[in-house]
Amino acid sequence: MHNKDNVTERVLRISGVNARRCMKCGKCSASCPSYDEMEYHPHQFVYMVESGDVEPLLNSRSIYKCLTCFACVDRCPRGVEPVKLVEAIRLEVIREQGANHLRADDVPAKIDEDVPQQLLVSAFRKYAK
Amino acid sequence: MPRIGVFVCWCGSNIAGTVDVSTVSEAVKNEQGVVFSTNYQYMCSQSGQDIIKNAIRKHNLTGIVVCSCSPRMHEATFRKTAAAAGLNPYMVEIANIREQCSWVHKDMLTGTQKAIVLTKAAIAKVNLNSPLTPGESPVTKRALVIGGGIAGIQTALDIADAGFPVDIVETKPTIGGKMAQLDKTFPTLDCAACILTPKMVDAAQNDKIRIYSYSEVEEVNGFVGNFDVKIRRKARYVKEELCTGCGLCTEKCPQKKVPNEFNMGMDNRRAIYIPFAQAVPKVATIDADYCTMLKTGKCGVCSKVCTAGAIDYKQKDEIITERYGAIVAATGFNPISMDKFDEYAYSQSKDVITSLEFERLTNAAGPTAGKLLRPSDGKHPHTVVFVQCVGSRCAAAEKGKEYCSKICCMYTAKHAMLIRDKYPDVEVYVFYIDVRTPGKNFDEFYRRAVEEYGVHYIKGMVGKVSPEGDVLKVQASDLIANKQLHIDADLVVLAAAIEPDKSARSLATMLTASMDTNDFFTEAHPKLRPVESPTAGVFLSGACQGPKDIPETVSQAGAAASKVIGLLAKDKLIGNPCIAHSDEMMCNGCSSCERVCPYGAITYVNKEFRMPDRTTLVRRVASVNEAVCQGCGACTVACPSGAMDLRGFTAQQIMSEVDAICK
Repeated sequence: MHNKDNVTERVLRISGVNARRCMKCGKCSASCPSYDEMEYHPHQFVYMVESGDVEPLLNSRSIYKCLTCFACVDRCPRGVEPVKLVEAIRLEVIREQGANHLRADDVPAKIDEDVPQQLLVSAFRKYAK
Repeated sequence: MPRIGVFVCWCGSNIAGTVDVSTVSEAVKNEQGVVFSTNYQYMCSQSGQDIIKNAIRKHNLTGIVVCSCSPRMHEATFRKTAAAAGLNPYMVEIANIREQCSWVHKDMLTGTQKAIVLTKAAIAKVNLNSPLTPGESPVTKRALVIGGGIAGIQTALDIADAGFPVDIVETKPTIGGKMAQLDKTFPTLDCAACILTPKMVDAAQNDKIRIYSYSEVEEVNGFVGNFDVKIRRKARYVKEELCTGCGLCTEKCPQKKVPNEFNMGMDNRRAIYIPFAQAVPKVATIDADYCTMLKTGKCGVCSKVCTAGAIDYKQKDEIITERYGAIVAATGFNPISMDKFDEYAYSQSKDVITSLEFERLTNAAGPTAGKLLRPSDGKHPHTVVFVQCVGSRCAAAEKGKEYCSKICCMYTAKHAMLIRDKYPDVEVYVFYIDVRTPGKNFDEFYRRAVEEYGVHYIKGMVGKVSPEGDVLKVQASDLIANKQLHIDADLVVLAAAIEPDKSARSLATMLTASMDTNDFFTEAHPKLRPVESPTAGVFLSGACQGPKDIPETVSQAGAAASKVIGLLAKDKLIGNPCIAHSDEMMCNGCSSCERVCPYGAITYVNKEFRMPDRTTLVRRVASVNEAVCQGCGACTVACPSGAMDLRGFTAQQIMSEVDAICK
């Protein structure tokens, strides 16, 4: 489905991240509020993309657990911006035909009257093509 | 007419392997001015030099070209050879046919052709050379050390030990610097004060050393051997010569709410104060920002209690001027501000402290008399978390520093060990990115912290610290276990990056000494001239040149002192005659040269010129200080009217070389 060599390249290009800047301090994962929800943690995203090992990330639920809170971006001492890798990998997945993480049909079942409409809109932006 | 000799060196096979040396010496025989040409196996050897000397005498040579290695290697050698045969040493030109020719070419034909061209260029130049005599300047046998920390103290002691007078200028009321604030020192754990204060006393008692405490360098003029320095002695409102240091005034002063900078603001001092018990000079100083008498004219308690009559509310800043032969910058460092690191809650919680604050907290003379107590409630902490690299190795310039601060790994191991030694009930965690402990007995020290003292070293950073109730919630990574840790800590210690003291920038401007992007002073050569500034007569000692621990600072201080002694031991300085000079008739007074000169060697003077019609005209013209000029040639390029030229490298000489190459 995904061309192994191209996908790493594409993820790096879409995200604009230079994974080589990472000095492996782990401050991104230390800052991450979704850490316990994630199978792969922010510092692993950086390491795995850098070493071209993107496949497991594409198939992991971790990409939907990131809250995009940008704590990792704010605190990274090297300016690596791990969240952008998570975002790029998620895009890589949902851009495939039928790979939407959120489908319109699923929404009525999940709807809650307290949920603001704006959230639905942004959820579609984030999880669907 | 010039009579030029050409000497082509084989350098064994180094040159002769790629360059046909006899073809070269033959090919240039008929160049303009050449009367003698030869080649030899090793021109730099004694017999090679004899060939040159004999030829100079026999053929009455007025100039020579040596085709050999880089002038960096043997120019000085051949200049001496020429001088020994009675030829002005600046009539020697080197054609570099090794590094720039034989070593970079493989083909004999190309190599030989290029060597011929290079030789012809050197011949064309030496045709235009004129004998040069270097100038001389006297040396004032007194040194100035700026900064009175361990770097400055050690430099001054070593210079004084060689018999030269030396002045220390220190901006604080006492010398001692950062080391005076430290508790123990790694890797031997001896007490900082116990090893520092004897040196402070030595400096004070040495009759070759004068200490200007509470003073700042205001202005530096002059050049190597003769710096004229203005020093501002700030008013301390206490007559230094009368004060006995009894400290009565510091007990009676009613202004008790002044943050004590010596204890990193963790307790208070009075408005009149002596920074610490072993201060040198042990003299009280009034803090004008807090003194009620100075602010409102109503108080005068210190003056009433002083039996020596030393208090003088009318004291004014005093400017003294002194001449020095050499200047040593020893301005030291400070920890960076933690304002930009909100995630560590430094400004939210008193129990998040920097390592320098921790030093005061464990120091017997500190705010807690050496007991490890939380600054917020004075309770004994049970869990202490150390965070390394706070602001070090940080690519974001607005937050931290890109470099490694070098000392933190070791002092953190020391702090952790000291806690575990005194209070085995306290759990100590150290979060690190890398542990960097190169240095004699350094890694062993760190391993002892782990193996003997049971300090928990965890590879990973702390993401955030949030104060909740009376605990600090620490959220961190354990990269090896691939876990996120949550620790309830009582005290968090941040290993803040260090940066050069703020005063270094303005001092560098005064000294025309260069700095790097981080405001550390630049050394003349990173490996081979590590304690000299590129500016002649300016030397570097301690952390103002880069992050350093105490052993390294002391060795560098000694090295800087030996360089100063080497300079002061000379009766006069022989200059480099290849320096800039300005043709006053062509100078239009535009100041371009003055602006580009990195050494501050060019000044403008108003000079009277006699005109053909017998009137006089005053014009503003450039004047080069020959002792300061280093011959870099920047001014000759900047000068729009062509008035500036470099002796030994005139525009005419350079153009003749280019012509010879292009012919």
